[in-house]
Order: sequence, then structure tokens, then C-alpha cells
Amino acid sequence: MIRALGWVLRRDLLLAFRRRGDVVNALVFFVIVVSLFPLGVGPEASQLRNMAPGVLWVAALLACMLSLARLFAPDHQDGTLEQMLLAGEPLVVLVMGKVLSHWLMSGLPLVLIAPLLGLQFDLPADALVVLCVSLLIGTPVLSLIGAVGAALTLGVRGSGVLVALLVLPLFVPVLIFGAGSVGATAAGTGAEAHLLLLGGFLALALVLAPWASAAALRIAME
Amino acid sequence: MSKSGKFSLYYFSSPQSFYPLAGALQPWFAALAAVLCAAGLYISFFVAPTDAQQGESYRIIFIHVPAAWMSMFLYLVMGFWSGVGLVLNTRLSSMVATALAPTGALFTFIALWTGALWGKPTWGTWWVWDARLTSELILLFLYIGFMALQAAIDDQRRADKAGAVLALVGVINIPIIYFSVQWWSTLHQGASVSMKSAPTMAATMLLGMLIMALGFWMYSIAATLARVRCVILERERHTDWVAAEIGGQK
Repeated sequence: MIRALGWVLRRDLLLAFRRRGDVVNALVFFVIVVSLFPLGVGPEASQLRNMAPGVLWVAALLACMLSLARLFAPDHQDGTLEQMLLAGEPLVVLVMGKVLSHWLMSGLPLVLIAPLLGLQFDLPADALVVLCVSLLIGTPVLSLIGAVGAALTLGVRGSGVLVALLVLPLFVPVLIFGAGSVGATAAGTGAEAHLLLLGGFLALALVLAPWASAAALRIAME
Repeated sequence: MSKSGKFSLYYFSSPQSFYPLAGALQPWFAALAAVLCAAGLYISFFVAPTDAQQGESYRIIFIHVPAAWMSMFLYLVMGFWSGVGLVLNTRLSSMVATALAPTGALFTFIALWTGALWGKPTWGTWWVWDARLTSELILLFLYIGFMALQAAIDDQRRADKAGAVLALVGVINIPIIYFSVQWWSTLHQGASVSMKSAPTMAATMLLGMLIMALGFWMYSIAATLARVRCVILERERHTDWVAAEIGGQK
């Protein structure tokens, strides 16, 4: 089972490495969306500092959602997904591998670049650290929930818009506590409670989401 | 009721045998809904006393609160039938879930709309980012997502099952979303409005509200039965009994 997980992970990472453009595009999208906000609301530092957690987190949700289309669709098109369903290894493990590689490609880069963007919004150092930690815990949840949406809309017409419709309402708790943790640090109340709750969401999503995705994939491939 | 002469609930799990049952029950539920709503509206407009603080404007509570109750309750019912459809693979359960979604979305919308109408005279604003309002809005998004997913998938069986998975994911998420939003609003701002601080309700007010809720409940059943009949006819249109049914009505 671990070997199957490693196989999916290595394969997906290799594929992504061969087509670096996709990963970079999602990252550039994140940077551009975040950069648009000061242009829209004005460059006043105190206002930007208040907005920063929400803006960064919403941009992260959108960037994560955009890359969901690539999670299962290419494998669906070239028949790999069918082979995965037929394989002796449990589908849940294979889905886990795909979700993990999706996070490594779309979530982790956001975590790494977020402090830089936070600096542009004049966030203090402790808030930057919390921002990184909250994204580190929160973005895997986005990948896990997103996988359910991606599997449900696999091969459906207009799936790009549809996946947003399905997944974004489910992202709400992560957004609230992700952005809330940074805001709480800035307000001086401490981010521990928010981060613990995010950790709870991660644990719950880790247990339930791969099963729901696997069920949705079976339905899609019937 | 079945062919062996023994009564069985499973008899009605076939769309063909459920169709006449739904047709027979639907007018009764519709009549009950009309009577209860008429009684409820009479109590709410003429019997219930004027509120000491909010004056006459509070009377929208008789529509608002039952609609909000139904919006949440119907999502649970939808999740239940989705689950049954997914596990037992019964087509009728999925059809019922499909038929429930528009009614649920309707009540969610009514709850939001009447809430806005109520908010203007009492709070001075159409909308506040209060926990209840926000979670109700997200519930509306969940209903819309369910309907959009089912509408986008052409293959009927896949649409049923995909919708069922989504509804179940939503059922797990509703409490999480509800509490997140509640904590979020209490963390960000002192709750500007709270139902808990409202004065204890007069008995007639409560009675009116309960009767209205029952009326809405009966309406939901009637509307769902009517809609599920349409769904059955549409999906079974290739069968002989539907051809006979439609031919017979002409």
C-alpha cells in the first residue's frame, strides 16, 4: 500500500515536473490576485494590514480551486484512471497519493511565497509566521475537499465553474479559521485556538475525504 | 399489497407503484397545507398580540422562522434519501432527493428574503454578517450546488449518485459550517443581534409559529410528491405504463 502511494506520488510529481508551466501558472495567479487588491482599495498601510489575512486566504482558495481541474481530468482522458480503478491496490490509497501530490504542487508553493506577499501588506513578523503555519495546515484540507469536487465533476460539461460552485461553500470553515488565525495574532489574542481547529479539520478531512473522492470516482467511471 | 398478497413497504419503492400513491396522497397534503397556513396566518395577523418592542413588524417571524426551520430540515431529509439511494440503490430514493432540492432552496431563499425585510425596520439594515444569516446563505449555495451538479450530468444514474455523495458531504459539513460561522461572528464582532436575548414569547405567538411550521411542512410534502411524479414520468417515459398513463389522461 505504501508502495502504491509512493508510485502515484512519484508519477504525478514527475508529470508535473515535465510540465512546469501548470504549477508556475497557478502560483503566478495567486501573486497577481493578491497584488490586485491594493490597486483596488488604495495603498493605505493600516487598511492593507487589516485586509491581508483575508485577501491572502481567499486568493489561496481560488488558486487551489483552479488547479483542481488537473487533478483527475488528464488521467481520465488517457485511461490511466481506469487502470487505477482496476488495480489491486485500494483506490483510496491511490487517491491519497494524487491529493498529496496536488498539495505539493499547488499548496506548498503558496505557503512558501505567502510571507513575501504578506510583507507587501505590511504584516508584522509574528503574523507572517502564523500565516505560513495556517496555510501549511489549511491548504491540505483544501486539496482534500477539492478532490471530492473534482471527482464528482469529472468529465461533466462546464466542470470548471461547477467545481467552484460545489467546493467553495465547503471551504468556508477553513477560510474563517485560516484568516482568523492571522487576524487574531495581529489583534494580540493568540492564534492557538484557530490553528488547533484547522488541525481538527485536517484530521477529519484526511479520514473522510479520500473515501468520498474514491466513491465519486467509481460513480464517474461506471 | 404485493403480488403474494402480503403488505410490504418495498412495494412502494418501485416508481411505478409509487406514482399512483403519490398522486392519491398529494391532494390531502396540499389541503392540509392550505388549512394550516390559513389558520396560522389568521393567528399571526389577528390573534397574536403586538410585540411591545418591535410593534407590528415582528409578525414576519411567522413566515421567517418556519421557513428557516424547513430549509435546514429539508436538507437533512434530502441527505437521508440520498444516503438510502446510494446504499440500497433504489431509484425512487434518488428521485425524492432530486424533488426535495428546489423546495429546500425555495425555503432558504424565503428565510433570507423575509430576514432582510425584517432586518430593515428592526436593525436598520437589510443585511448583517450575523452567524445565522451567513450560514443560511451558505446553505442556499449548497442547495444550488446540488441542483447544478445534477443538472450538468446527462447520465441519470450518475447524476443521482454524484448528487447523493455531494448531499452527504454537505450534511457532514453543515454543522461544521454552522459552528465556524458562529464562532467567527462572535470573535470578530459582538453579536449585534441575538435571538436568545429576545423576551420570552407569548403563547399565541408560539402557537402561530408552530402551526405555520406544520403548514410549511405539509406544503413541502405536497410539493415534493407533485414534483417526484413529474420526475418519475420523465425518467420512465420509455416504459409501457407511462405511455398508458399519459394516454389515459388525454
